[in-house]
Amino acid sequence: MLWLQVLVNGLAVGGLYACIAVGFSLVWGVLNIINILHGSLIVLGGYLAFFAHQYWGINPFLFAPLAGAVMFAGGVALQYCVINHVMARPFLITLLLTFGLNLFLDNSMLALFSADYRKVLLNPAPGVFDLGSIVVPADRIYATLVGLVLISALALLLRFTQFGRAIIAVRMDRDAAALLGVNVRWTYAVAFGLGVFMAGSAGALLSAIFPISPVASAGYLSKAFVICVIGGLGSIPGAVIGGFALGVIESFGALLLGPEHALTLAFVLLIALLAVRPSGLLGRQGFA
Amino acid sequence: MMLRIALPLALPFAIVAVAFVLLSQTDAYIIRLATTFGMYAALALAWNIIGGIAGYPSFATAAFFGLGAYVTAVAQNLGAPLLVGVGLAGAGAALFAGLLGSAILHLRGKYFAIASLVIAEVLRELTNSWTSVTGGGMGINLPLAKTTLLTQPQLYLAAMLFLAAAATSASMLIDRSRLGVALRCIAQNEDAAQIIGVDTRMAKTWAFVISSLFIGLVGGVYASWVTYIDPTDVYDGAMSVKPILMALLGGVGSVFGPVLGAFAYLLLEELLWRNLLEFHAGILGLLVVLLVLFLPGGLSQIRGVGLVSLPKIWRRAP
Repeated sequence: MLWLQVLVNGLAVGGLYACIAVGFSLVWGVLNIINILHGSLIVLGGYLAFFAHQYWGINPFLFAPLAGAVMFAGGVALQYCVINHVMARPFLITLLLTFGLNLFLDNSMLALFSADYRKVLLNPAPGVFDLGSIVVPADRIYATLVGLVLISALALLLRFTQFGRAIIAVRMDRDAAALLGVNVRWTYAVAFGLGVFMAGSAGALLSAIFPISPVASAGYLSKAFVICVIGGLGSIPGAVIGGFALGVIESFGALLLGPEHALTLAFVLLIALLAVRPSGLLGRQGFA
Repeated sequence: MMLRIALPLALPFAIVAVAFVLLSQTDAYIIRLATTFGMYAALALAWNIIGGIAGYPSFATAAFFGLGAYVTAVAQNLGAPLLVGVGLAGAGAALFAGLLGSAILHLRGKYFAIASLVIAEVLRELTNSWTSVTGGGMGINLPLAKTTLLTQPQLYLAAMLFLAAAATSASMLIDRSRLGVALRCIAQNEDAAQIIGVDTRMAKTWAFVISSLFIGLVGGVYASWVTYIDPTDVYDGAMSVKPILMALLGGVGSVFGPVLGAFAYLLLEELLWRNLLEFHAGILGLLVVLLVLFLPGGLSQIRGVGLVSLPKIWRRAP
């Protein structure tokens, strides 16, 4: 029974983890950028949800898409005005650019909100679902469900809308897409905006489960790394599978080695997986 | 032929010896700055061997730095003298790089970057949890080195400057050797290099090992210098990025660029840290952004480019 409980604990955060990673994976796949800023954007989404709850009493699980939408605009502007200028450069340059932006955003949040850990305290508390021999924390289930809904929406958008198709086309062949009349710069901006949207939503979802603080951003970024490498970069199903896999790995790692080693175990797996199968479990060219 | 080898071997050490004689009698602040400069220059030069000349964007500098620092700390606490402790730090880092290289050096580009980025995290967590040897999160103290000829600050100034000179020598020698040619081929087109018969695996591994050797030695000297280290300090991710920034500032892949970049970076850092304690990381981030946007080729690009023509650089993008 203990094993089943641990397995359920891991699966319960899987959708949330997938939500953390899917934006990172999209930006990596389409723009070919390692977005170091991603962790800080998650934390920023968490703060938006925290203040929305504090001042207007909005439930963070419902606020998630709104937090994403607010940050979407910022993401589009950032890509269009700043990052687009170095898109043709080696990836080390784009990585350093997002690293610099990350330092700036982290430090700004530190100055504005201080390093104190905050958490949305829901009233009434979500409690647990009691399934006889095992219990399932309700907040995690809500987060995972909303996360999966948002990811499905993103997948549908990429599959069936003209903008989504343009994003996929740019991912496959930038020059050919440009020849066919796709506005590449604008498509990059929207794709980055979508990545930021998912980061913001993920942040809002986890603000009621994990404490948020600017110093936590690196942790979320590492989770996104691990999930993307496990699942394979540049695919939405990969991010979902990677998210659930990381949830289960962390859950069992915490049981067998102690909670402080859960992420270390995930990192060791990441290196091993990179050494053996760099494309991940579901990795392939093209996105979605 | 003799000159081709003797010059790189002699020149950096001669310059450093003169610098040491000039600086060693100045006040403590200047000595501290000069020691930091030696450390930064050595780190930037070491990163440049794998990251610049071979074009493999390593983010593992913090890992080797921290490993070197901890090997020295543990060895010295067991009674090893300073020189042995630092030597072990370099050997340990080089050995680790050799083993690690066989696992991750076949990865290219972003995959290599991420794998190397994660190494420091793993080592930090292991150091944190191996409390009986490393002192865990509490950190570890190092014994003061016994010196007779020099004062403590002078000793570490000499050590860091020596490492900077050695790294310069190594870079110059690699630049002129078959290894250097192989590495530049790999940076340009690894598949092509393989086809014309370059043993890319060997070359990459050597570059990684030599680079890590210096980083480990610097970590060892750093730990002895500050006499107290803890995991968050020596495995700090910023330690991986700073050398890259310095190399970028000075010009990636060139032999002397990293030295120039280390100097420029140190000046910037010193100005920012002194005036903006609260927001220095944010301003550093902004500087990185500006550097990447306007000076992607490093400081050498400034030649002949006044402030007026900055828009021209801006427009040249995609």
